[in-house]
Amino acid sequence: MESTTLPPQGAPASGRRWRRVRPLLIIPFAGVLLSGCTLPNFGVTKGVTKSSVNVYHLWQWFSVGAVVIGSLVVLLLAYAFLRYRRTDDKAIPKQSQYHIPLEILYTVVPIIIVVVLFIGTLIVENPEVSNPRTDVVVNVNAFQWGWKFAYPGHSVVVVGQTTQNPTMVVPVDTNVHINLTSTDVVHGFYVKEFNFSRYALPGVKNQFTFNAVKTGVFSGQCTQLCGLYHSIMYFRVKVVDRATYDQWLVANRNVSAAAAAASATALQNNTYVPSKPTNSKAN
Amino acid sequence: MSRTIPTTTTEHDGHAEHHGPSGLLKWLTTTDHKIIGLSYTITAVVMLVIGGALAELIRAQLATSNGHLVSFAQYNELFTMHGSVMIYLFAGPFAFGALANIIVPIQIGAPDMAFPRLNALSYWLYLTGSITMLLGFFTTGGAANFGWVGYAPLTSSLNAPGAGADLWIGGLMLTGFSAIFTGVNLVATIFYLRAPGMTMFRMPIFTWNLLVTAILILLAFPVLTAGLIMLYADRHFGTHIFSVAGGGVPVLWQHIFWFWGHPEVYILALPFFGMATEIIAVFSKKPVFGYKGMIFATISIAALSLGVWAHHMFTTGVVLLPFFSIMSLLIAVPTGIKIFNWIGTMWRGEIWFSTAMLMSIGFLVTFLIGGLTGIYLASPPLDFFTHDTYFVVAHFHSVVMALLLAGMGGLYYWGPKITGYLLNERIGKSQFWFLFIGTQVFTFPQYILGLQGMPRRMAVYPHHHGWVTLNEISSLGALLIGVSTLLFVVNVVVSWKKYPAGDNPWDAQTLEWFTTSPPPHHNFYRLPQIRSERPTWDHNHPEHKAIAHENHEG
Amino acid sequence: MRIEAKLLLFLGLFFGAMCAVYWTWSLENAGGVMMFAGMLLCFLPGSYYYYWSRRMKTRPEDDPNATTEVGAGVVGSFPGTSIFPFLLGMGSFFVVLALVFGIWLLIPGLALVLWALLGGTSEGRRGGQV
Repeated sequence: MESTTLPPQGAPASGRRWRRVRPLLIIPFAGVLLSGCTLPNFGVTKGVTKSSVNVYHLWQWFSVGAVVIGSLVVLLLAYAFLRYRRTDDKAIPKQSQYHIPLEILYTVVPIIIVVVLFIGTLIVENPEVSNPRTDVVVNVNAFQWGWKFAYPGHSVVVVGQTTQNPTMVVPVDTNVHINLTSTDVVHGFYVKEFNFSRYALPGVKNQFTFNAVKTGVFSGQCTQLCGLYHSIMYFRVKVVDRATYDQWLVANRNVSAAAAAASATALQNNTYVPSKPTNSKAN
Repeated sequence: MSRTIPTTTTEHDGHAEHHGPSGLLKWLTTTDHKIIGLSYTITAVVMLVIGGALAELIRAQLATSNGHLVSFAQYNELFTMHGSVMIYLFAGPFAFGALANIIVPIQIGAPDMAFPRLNALSYWLYLTGSITMLLGFFTTGGAANFGWVGYAPLTSSLNAPGAGADLWIGGLMLTGFSAIFTGVNLVATIFYLRAPGMTMFRMPIFTWNLLVTAILILLAFPVLTAGLIMLYADRHFGTHIFSVAGGGVPVLWQHIFWFWGHPEVYILALPFFGMATEIIAVFSKKPVFGYKGMIFATISIAALSLGVWAHHMFTTGVVLLPFFSIMSLLIAVPTGIKIFNWIGTMWRGEIWFSTAMLMSIGFLVTFLIGGLTGIYLASPPLDFFTHDTYFVVAHFHSVVMALLLAGMGGLYYWGPKITGYLLNERIGKSQFWFLFIGTQVFTFPQYILGLQGMPRRMAVYPHHHGWVTLNEISSLGALLIGVSTLLFVVNVVVSWKKYPAGDNPWDAQTLEWFTTSPPPHHNFYRLPQIRSERPTWDHNHPEHKAIAHENHEG
Repeated sequence: MRIEAKLLLFLGLFFGAMCAVYWTWSLENAGGVMMFAGMLLCFLPGSYYYYWSRRMKTRPEDDPNATTEVGAGVVGSFPGTSIFPFLLGMGSFFVVLALVFGIWLLIPGLALVLWALLGGTSEGRRGGQV
């Protein structure tokens, strides 16, 4: 996806050589893998980011494998049920127990399938978890039970919780770098249209990058159980063109900071009442 | 006292059972593996009914998008305790406590488990552990409410105050030790108490699977118990192992939990694989196809199982993705071998569609679905997308419902050996259809819901995309499964001491069908010569020995 | 005995190899330590069994041609009934409840555990109650 990559947060140094070798292994497969457009969607959509489209194609190929193997097993079973139904309860069939070539066959073929699936996985995974350099950075902080989106260098902060869901505004066709943290327990940052999720872990700065290719408003929510109001911990991602994004940044400079500060103080003092909205400015 | 294995019929040999205590005292003081196994079976079925009732409440709440049956807080308790009861208190103990306890010693020609009193202790720890965990419902703060995985720091004393969480920890410690003792017992029994001629490669697949399960228990459960002690220390002794504030690492809990938790998946699954293997062979009137391949597949699953735990943690962003991805994908290979061996066992057989066989076939099909969807989840990009959605819920329910099907098959198959009486086949078959169809109706909408982005553990959900309809269908499936469980209870009542089974009602193959039903106090009046993994079959059908190598026919 | 030993040694070797790959690749300590411990847990009994399997005669259960008559005789000591597992279980129950509801529950808990341990040990020496 991108040529310049930063090592992902927490990645061990020893993984670097491997990361250099991997692209050589996967180039011949990449073309085939990413051309699965004429296949059925198997219940999944392409999503709205560069990575989500790759995930969608990977899903198609996994599904092809699953459908082929599943059908093979079901057909064999159906044939056995019809053909070898007991007719005479005294009859004893031939007591054959081993067929070595056949057993080797259904050991080797699955290994080959698994290796192919693994290579496909690497092709999609490597760009998805890479963090290309970009100028759009959002610090996302999850807390019980809401989200805070801070735009470092722009003095823009958006906070919202269960009764007033916050909106993260990002530009289209741009790499957006997310620094994901959690104030209290484990949360999950999940946007269905991104075909992606990532935990917000206390004590860890999780990083990922996405590149939205469509404008629009997309719903996201917490997927990892985080306590009482986990079910209603939503947020929105609003993808706009670059000019609108820049205008929005300027318009919201310092506006929401006061509200955010008040909200953060309230949270730290544990006086936070979920039924009352603490944030006034969404977008 | 000392025991012998007599080689000729001695009808008065079971003298110990005539002189032992009777009534309640018999159940309290017994060290007989069959009585202990029965206690396990009854307790586990009670746990199944409790866990099932919790599931029905969950599905009733989710039948509408904005359900008001329970509050958010109660909903968190419901799914936490549903998962905990089903995994910790039903599935595991039912497999290695109930059926293994009864069947494994008889299958290898042993008079009892190697440590009968330790075996009894295992049961009492299991029972008291179960009671401890369920006591949470009767405390003021309610039961544990942080999910059955208890991710730190949601389990800290700040986030989960109250006795419910401590009772959950205490109950898990007790059942954990129960499992460890059973593991020790099974390994010692299988290594030291086999009958003459019962070499390792003549043990039935069920016993082999239980041996591997027991080794996995010994590797995995101490890790969980250690984690629980750390958790308790964090909550009450002021340590900061899992809390950021004191310099701890919350993710460590996930590592510890899943280092137990993924082997635990195979600890649950392997015994049921073993049951299905035995049943499919018996009701196809054939030996297990690829017997040795089956054993090597089981050992490979065990070997790989210690290196896959972090596929539950792909979305944490702090684990090594390619390593866990390839290890998890590789698990599909031995599992696939097993599936093809099951088909090979049926191939050219004489398939008798008894209830036990239907249940095993239901297991095979349902497990196939759960297994294939599991392959998606071994791929990190696909896991990022489906993690913590209903796709995962549907995946592991396909797997565990498959195990329930196999377990029910095990009860229909081995129940007559334990009690001496058959269950009603007609009710059994309707139970099968309710359970099998119910399972598919239950899981299929959940797969779709997951792909459409519905996260798990939600008490309420948005009213769009036809999610309500899908959830209603899923709830209907849960209802059908509930009916099937009731049918089982009805069947036990209806068939009570009605259909005498005889020693070997199924023309089965392994050693437990050589003795009487129920077996005498120390299991055997006499033993046959053991020359293959099917001594009873060899004894009954000396002219139909297994053909060792068949190279030119499929 | 040899197959039992080899099974455990194989698992130990596999875990060892997996641990080496994982630890050097990921540098993540929790999993590395647990895998290493898993390897040790297999090697400990595995090497014991292997040591003895080379020094003992083939047992009847390892001899493919053994007749059932070989197995006649004393197998071991099996107590017919015993109340002490129940008492030990109840004692452990109280000890765990003490962790939740109050330290005073340790008194009946530990009393039961102690009783069961003493009783069970002396019962074992007498060879059971039957």
